[in-house]
Amino acid sequence: MPYIPHTPEQTQEMLKVVGVASLEALFQDIPASMRPRSFNLPDGMSEHAVCARLEELARANKTDVISFLGGGFYDHHIPAIVDALSSRGEFLTAYTPYQAEASQGSLQAIFEYQTAVCRLLDMDCANASVYDGGSALFEACMMAVRATKRSRLVVDECLSPIYRTMLATYTTNLQLELVTVPHGGGVSNVQALVDAMDDRTAAMVVQNPTFFGTIHDYTALFAQAKAKGVVSVLAAYPVLQSILKTPGQMGADVAVAEGQSLGLPLSFGGPYLGIMTCSRDLVRQMPGRIVGRTVDHQGRTGYVLTLQAREQHIRRAKATSNICSNQALCAFRAYVTLCVLGPQGLARMAEDAVDKAHYAATRLAALPGVRLLADAPFGNEFAVVLPKNAHEVVDKCASRGLVPGFPLGGYYAGMEHVLLVACTEKTSREQIGHLAEMVGGML
Amino acid sequence: MIPDDLLYTKTHEWVRMEDDEAVVGITHFAQSQLGDLTFVELPKVGDTVTAGEEMGSVESVKAASEIYSPVDGEVVAVNEELADTPEAINEDPYGEGWMVRVRVTGGQPSDGLLTPEEYAELLEE
Amino acid sequence: MRTIFAKSVPGRAGTLPDAPAAPAAAHLPQDLLRPAAPRLPEVSELDVMRHVSELSRRNFGVDTNFYPLGSCTMKYNPRFMEYVASLDGFTKLHPLMAQLRGAGHFTQGALEVLYETERLLCEITGMAAFTLHPMAGAHGELTGVMCIAAYHRDKGNHKTKVICPDSAHGTNPATAALAGYDVVNIASVDGMIDPEHLENALDDDVAAVMMTCPNTLGLFEHHLDRIVALTHAKDALLYYDGANLNAILGKMRVGDVGFDVVHLNLHKTFATPHGAGGPGAGPVGVAERLAPFLPISRVVKLKDGRFFLDYDYPKSIGYMAPFYGNFGVVLKAYAYILRQGREGLTRVSEYAVLNANYMRKRLESHVEIPYDRICMHEFVASAVAQAKRGVKALDVAKALLDKGHHAPTVYFPLIVKECLMFEPTETESRETLDRFVDDLIDILTLAESDPAALQHAPHTTPVGRLDETKAARDMILTDDA
Ligand SMILES: Cc1ncc(COP(=O)(O)O)c(C=O)c1O
Repeated sequence: MPYIPHTPEQTQEMLKVVGVASLEALFQDIPASMRPRSFNLPDGMSEHAVCARLEELARANKTDVISFLGGGFYDHHIPAIVDALSSRGEFLTAYTPYQAEASQGSLQAIFEYQTAVCRLLDMDCANASVYDGGSALFEACMMAVRATKRSRLVVDECLSPIYRTMLATYTTNLQLELVTVPHGGGVSNVQALVDAMDDRTAAMVVQNPTFFGTIHDYTALFAQAKAKGVVSVLAAYPVLQSILKTPGQMGADVAVAEGQSLGLPLSFGGPYLGIMTCSRDLVRQMPGRIVGRTVDHQGRTGYVLTLQAREQHIRRAKATSNICSNQALCAFRAYVTLCVLGPQGLARMAEDAVDKAHYAATRLAALPGVRLLADAPFGNEFAVVLPKNAHEVVDKCASRGLVPGFPLGGYYAGMEHVLLVACTEKTSREQIGHLAEMVGGML
Repeated sequence: MIPDDLLYTKTHEWVRMEDDEAVVGITHFAQSQLGDLTFVELPKVGDTVTAGEEMGSVESVKAASEIYSPVDGEVVAVNEELADTPEAINEDPYGEGWMVRVRVTGGQPSDGLLTPEEYAELLEE
Repeated sequence: MRTIFAKSVPGRAGTLPDAPAAPAAAHLPQDLLRPAAPRLPEVSELDVMRHVSELSRRNFGVDTNFYPLGSCTMKYNPRFMEYVASLDGFTKLHPLMAQLRGAGHFTQGALEVLYETERLLCEITGMAAFTLHPMAGAHGELTGVMCIAAYHRDKGNHKTKVICPDSAHGTNPATAALAGYDVVNIASVDGMIDPEHLENALDDDVAAVMMTCPNTLGLFEHHLDRIVALTHAKDALLYYDGANLNAILGKMRVGDVGFDVVHLNLHKTFATPHGAGGPGAGPVGVAERLAPFLPISRVVKLKDGRFFLDYDYPKSIGYMAPFYGNFGVVLKAYAYILRQGREGLTRVSEYAVLNANYMRKRLESHVEIPYDRICMHEFVASAVAQAKRGVKALDVAKALLDKGHHAPTVYFPLIVKECLMFEPTETESRETLDRFVDDLIDILTLAESDPAALQHAPHTTPVGRLDETKAARDMILTDDA
């Protein structure tokens, strides 16, 4: 009986205390008619056998490829201290810090995480995380809907198609109107976004860098939003945010981000981290846990979950969200990453990735018939137009151990020839050389 | 703690009629149930309120509660002080803790308000 | 304890990556760049190690303390599961890789994990199909209720309400609201859903009834048969909140008894660590008639044994997660199920229920147990008698911290006054339970003789009772506020 410490004698003694004859008798409330029709699971396995099985499955994945996949999810280096600290049982095996006095470690870590992400995004307040960048965007839109009592959401088509499909799903039953403003060749069509905002619009949502990797200054757009009473929502990329003009500077009301790039492995899609920040006047609309600083009766500083009246356990059907468990350990990893890299380390990571992406763009654009999709500033990711179907090029390269990027045909109509290419600080110039040669050879 | 010069609602608001205006707050009982208040959300001057409908909310650490308008009318004043000192509601619910002043449509409070005796009975239950 | 920001020394560096060959300004116009670096701490790696290690000593976890937090199933988290989830073959896998037509063979191992986990969960619960996308219990609830909404829409039903018992977890009504429904609460009678109340509330507008079984009092619902029949008679669907599945593994399958939708909490029943708040995973299982509405993508096994992601489900509600859910968490749960097997999982519930009943029996003459009969994996006590002498449930909880135990859940479910909810889980030994019960009895005795002594507990923790009112009024939410 793995992980059950009872000896047979103890089991008998305990049954006697309870006053039943057998373990089965404890389940007398479940009538015979409700017992399982089948419970046909395999026999249990030893720890060794399970590990061997999972090692075999892990080997069935091919991860020793050179990859230029990004799309909002990047292979940045994870400092070793992140694993060391996040595997400490005091954090790993704790629950949500309901008992503050026994959870000052988690609570102070979350408070410091909130501080760090607020400083990174240049915003006033943060929560303790939501599930991922996409659910963070949805929650941001709902904050806007409640704050403005309006029901229309204006979304830039440059926003990740992954998030746009999530938004469409989440809003299905909510009588909200979702308006998508077409991109202008890989960049935001700012004028169209301005025009799309009306007096029923609750939120206007953009992403920087955009899904295409292009970089914008949305200051004027956000000023227009403010003038129209619209809440502006910006989705950011934390690593690049160390060098880019901030959401706060641009005047965003809510800034969210997928936090995966901060110390979280790609891990086939999760667990990731939904970072949420906002201006102070919107904090009561925020979903999820928030940690605040206070004092105990002796005046000692301490931390507690605060503003809980927003949450489901108190407000139930009227809560700001239904979220309960979040991605706390992922937030913790992001926090350790931000601390150990510091402003200088994070900026180096960002600048190196940007530099390499520009090298890759130069190399690819030099190939015959290849051009950059947008003539606009970009960061560590960019879209190129190939003279051929990008899916075919990717398939052929992949079979030779190099994934040159992500083909956008499935996400944007008419973009069958477009390839999205990402670099991180881990990408080498040599790998970029291979990329250019291999893609060149396919054209 | 049920002043006899006021009218009450089943949802624990009190009303003081002053000519055609109603001053509204929450009762001593309501504040004692909620505990130390930390936040008050009130309508804006100029808003129209409807009897029995939500016009704001109050929060404590462990609870949140909606405030329902006892009357139909237009908000002519709100107690701005409460934004910084919600504790005034705990300390003096019928005085400093007043919330809004409403010009009652038609000059008459709506039916269905409770007398102090009726409200006392409600609390007995 | 000072914050890491207070320990920052300008110019000190932590773990620096290589310097770039060219600065960002070489590629980007100045007006797109941030004028000043973010004020992150400037500390050494050792500074971070010491600071965070010190934080860790200010925390209770299952690893360090007994943690009988009701409704949360804080069992031991076996460490081989961490190992399994940290294998390079999984952690280094980019989720978009599975969406490249020509690279399908790159992700076969991961897809097999998803496929196999779904199949195992189907067998464990008796449901027809599963999605692993939801990232926590509440997210599973939303996924499930959205499938219910899609089902009714597809049938042309116009349904506007969801029924929740008053003992429901807060996420249930909050979820129903987020799926666009009005919530109807029904009052429990003797701790159970009352079929009469249910029948009265069940009109043609009801889309679903959400319930937890055993319920949040730790009791198995006596009228389950009738609840199922009444609900289905109105073409409403029955939702099972699987937070309490740890009580019934191998003893009942929710699919067999008529539930239409269920979410599981892998971070409870299947032993994945809770990480001080998450990440969890909240897979959703559905009956056959709801399968077309599950989120996409779905993992399909081909005749030749290969796996692929299928997006061709026109009735699907769409995308709940960016990819395939909290894959790293699913991996751990998959490993746990393989390790336990049929027999092991059955034992899990048997011993979880034995431990809860043992604790309940040992406590029943010392504190009021409002529903003092055979319970499932957890039970509630009420400190009403103690509260009359000035010792509230909260005081008892805090006093337990001083004895080195984590507190039970307090003030939930809402229908029990001064509620204390205990869930010991199967991984705790009799010795641990005895020590806890003895300590709790001491506290209850002290509550009689010297109530004042408990009102300021805890005394042994790094801080005493914190002023939550001040926290909410001051709103100091960052080091800069
Ligand atoms: C009964 C019940 N339902 C739902 C949930 C929500 O689960 P999660 O926290 O994973 O969202 C919980 C968790 O506390 C619970 O106890």
